[in-house]
Amino acid sequence: MRGATHAKWAALALAVALTATACGGGDDSGGSGADGIVSSSWGDPQNPLEPANTNEVQGGKVLAMIFRGLKQYDPKTGEAKDMLAERIETTDSTNFRITLKSGWTFSNGEKVTAKSFVDAWNYGAHLKNNQKNAFFFGQIEGYDQVHPEEGQAKAETMSGLKVVDDRTFTVKLSQKFSLWPETLGYAAFAPLPKAFFDDHDAWLSKPVGNGPYTVDSYAKGSQMALKRWDGYPGEDKAQNGGVTLKVYTDNNTAYTDLTAGNLDLVDDVPASQLKNVEADLGDRYINVPAGIIQTLSIPFYDKAWDTPDGDKLRKGISRAINREQITETIFQKTRTPAVDWTSPVLGEEGGFKNICGDFCSYDAAEAKKLVAEGGGIPGGTMRISYNADTGSHKEWVDAVCNSINNALGNNRACVGNPVGTFADYRNQVTTQKMTGPFRAGWQMDYPLIQNFLQPLYYTNASSNDGKWSNPEFDKLVDQANAEPDTQKAVEIFQRAEEVLRDDMGAIPLWYQNGSAGYSERVSNVALNPFSVPVYNEIKVN
Amino acid sequence: MGRYVIRRLLQMIPVFFGATLLIFLMVNVMGDPIAGLCGDRACDPATAARLRAEFGLDKPVWQQYATYMGNVFTGDFGTAFNGQPVTELMGNAFPVTIRLTLVAIVFEIVIGISLGVVTGLRRGRPIDTSVLLLTLVVISVPTFVTGLLLQLLLGVQWGWIKPAVSPEAPIGELIVPGLVLASVSLAYVTRLTRTSIAENKRADYVRTAVAKGLPRRRVITRHLLRNSLIPVVTFIGTDIGALMGGAIVTERIFNIHGVGYQLYQGIIRQNTQTVVGFVTVLVLVFLVANLLVDLLYAVLDPRIRYA
Repeated sequence: MRGATHAKWAALALAVALTATACGGGDDSGGSGADGIVSSSWGDPQNPLEPANTNEVQGGKVLAMIFRGLKQYDPKTGEAKDMLAERIETTDSTNFRITLKSGWTFSNGEKVTAKSFVDAWNYGAHLKNNQKNAFFFGQIEGYDQVHPEEGQAKAETMSGLKVVDDRTFTVKLSQKFSLWPETLGYAAFAPLPKAFFDDHDAWLSKPVGNGPYTVDSYAKGSQMALKRWDGYPGEDKAQNGGVTLKVYTDNNTAYTDLTAGNLDLVDDVPASQLKNVEADLGDRYINVPAGIIQTLSIPFYDKAWDTPDGDKLRKGISRAINREQITETIFQKTRTPAVDWTSPVLGEEGGFKNICGDFCSYDAAEAKKLVAEGGGIPGGTMRISYNADTGSHKEWVDAVCNSINNALGNNRACVGNPVGTFADYRNQVTTQKMTGPFRAGWQMDYPLIQNFLQPLYYTNASSNDGKWSNPEFDKLVDQANAEPDTQKAVEIFQRAEEVLRDDMGAIPLWYQNGSAGYSERVSNVALNPFSVPVYNEIKVN
Repeated sequence: MGRYVIRRLLQMIPVFFGATLLIFLMVNVMGDPIAGLCGDRACDPATAARLRAEFGLDKPVWQQYATYMGNVFTGDFGTAFNGQPVTELMGNAFPVTIRLTLVAIVFEIVIGISLGVVTGLRRGRPIDTSVLLLTLVVISVPTFVTGLLLQLLLGVQWGWIKPAVSPEAPIGELIVPGLVLASVSLAYVTRLTRTSIAENKRADYVRTAVAKGLPRRRVITRHLLRNSLIPVVTFIGTDIGALMGGAIVTERIFNIHGVGYQLYQGIIRQNTQTVVGFVTVLVLVFLVANLLVDLLYAVLDPRIRYA
């Protein structure tokens, strides 16, 4: 029986090759009314789920449900309202005294005290913890000791943070920043329970916070089930029984699942479905402005782009871009043509104003004239760089180039320059390898005009990738930060923005909207200015 | 026979190192992945430097490769950027993909070979022509078209299946994705079997078997089919590896959290550890599948011997 011997060997090799195990998770099945569970699309968070380490919207969704900070941004107006803070007092815009409301606890029963905040902030700032949002604590005195530009940390904690008693702590900033309390609604400033520090791994596999939801189960990479926390002391209690976040491999699949009735909420309608969305969902489709602006950054480190008449060239390019047409045909109105360097979500009081004016409106003849006065396109052809892997940037970059080429009557004026991956693209940007304009997207961290200007255009600021620099702009920003009156501060920021416009330090393109679609099972769905669904207000019918 | 298997296993060693080294270098050429972790803003230099040190990216490539290989042999495939060990990702992804591949292979064997036998025996008849035409259509339509179409029709329009597979991915939910994944290979299997059968039908040993007065059924299964299967087995064997690694499109369409999805995410995020780890395992699967195919030859055709 030679055949049998062969078969035996084959079977043996097969047994060695295939040693597979199967595993399964729990399943949820809706329910209705106040205890109904909302199922929502999700993407795998890129970083571990720590408040100061989460810088993208997927992890942000979870943090928004399980944490509440000193301030909370109103989902509709974006206004920073006191949440855990009873009051934040200052006399000099540098020293702040923060008093907490009593009665707040974490969902594991531990009290939220001044120490919960101070420990969390010191953790977030310290170099050894690799927190990607550490720079949010950069304004606090002593940050440079725990997080030096290079080398080892020289201190364990920031000297600017002091616990006074259980409900009070003081913060000293390294320079004046009157709007600082308004930034405290950002997730990085959330308090952390002792469990976070005692058993970090256990906390990461099942995070515990002080928000209206608790994590019921978390299967990394596939699903997170959040349940309403009945003991939640805040006023924004969850209106549903819980939220199940499901990881989808592709947002098209999530959308298909929504139309098939297997999913309640998709918070990122894929571009390819925008044409069908009216027919599929009718009025169950949301398209509202979010705090995101897209611009073209200019490489000011390249001599060819930093000429004395360069502002005319840049203004000419700006006027050659037909924003109306591109946002309508390519983005199906999910983008709004930009008229300044901030975002409409700030509202007029917050500093949103048509500052760009004519320089952001399309006029082919004027564009041609300005570009010629500015010395023409450097090298005859400019290449707009973008990353080709995500976000369908190719379509709009090609459209922008077409628009510029048509306006200037020169088919070689502009071409797209795709870069394979986002990481490689960011590498080239941060190491200043760009030779022409490049795409830049900015999602606000907190709804303040300061956040749209200082990190992007202040000399050597963290995200000033184009290295634009203007002493007058810097002076006005400093002045605005020191101004105790909010309204006056906003006005000074707007003056700084005018300086930015006069030199056209970056070319504004459009504001990005947040989009979402939901099923007939749920109602009262809204997106906040960060384009994250307001989960706690969703009602299950 | 035993010696042959051992020799083949030893041959796998250089192939394994070569393949992993190539993948390692390719992922490395894509550049520094840390910059992509901080979104549209620059990572602060101190944190970036620490992250680079943590993932070993500050060392020269050869040293990175040596360390990585050293760790792999102790069962440590490294950590993905989201803090999950790669072995954990594999533990979640491979069972799902193996199930999907099994479903696909079963479709290939059952439908592909049956159709091949039927058409091979009835060459030139209407059924042969129509099946040939059908396979031509299947081969020329890309997988993502078939996938999206079936998903829309069966999942949304008629509601027979769930358009998205749940994270647990039981076999029942994998039938349609498996069929989509298998479709192109299925068509090839049909055509391969058909040609092979048609050719061998005129072979001497078949004539002898018929002349001996053996029942038709026995002639076909024992003599004709068994000899005709060699090219088909070769194809299916190499297809196992291709199906496991190449299911990226199908897995994305049907929301299957398997190997293809993990690879896709690893590439998008330039996560060397994930990509190299998964590809290493896939290389092993390929090698073992090829060995099995070679061994199966001997089972199918007693004339083939290994020493």
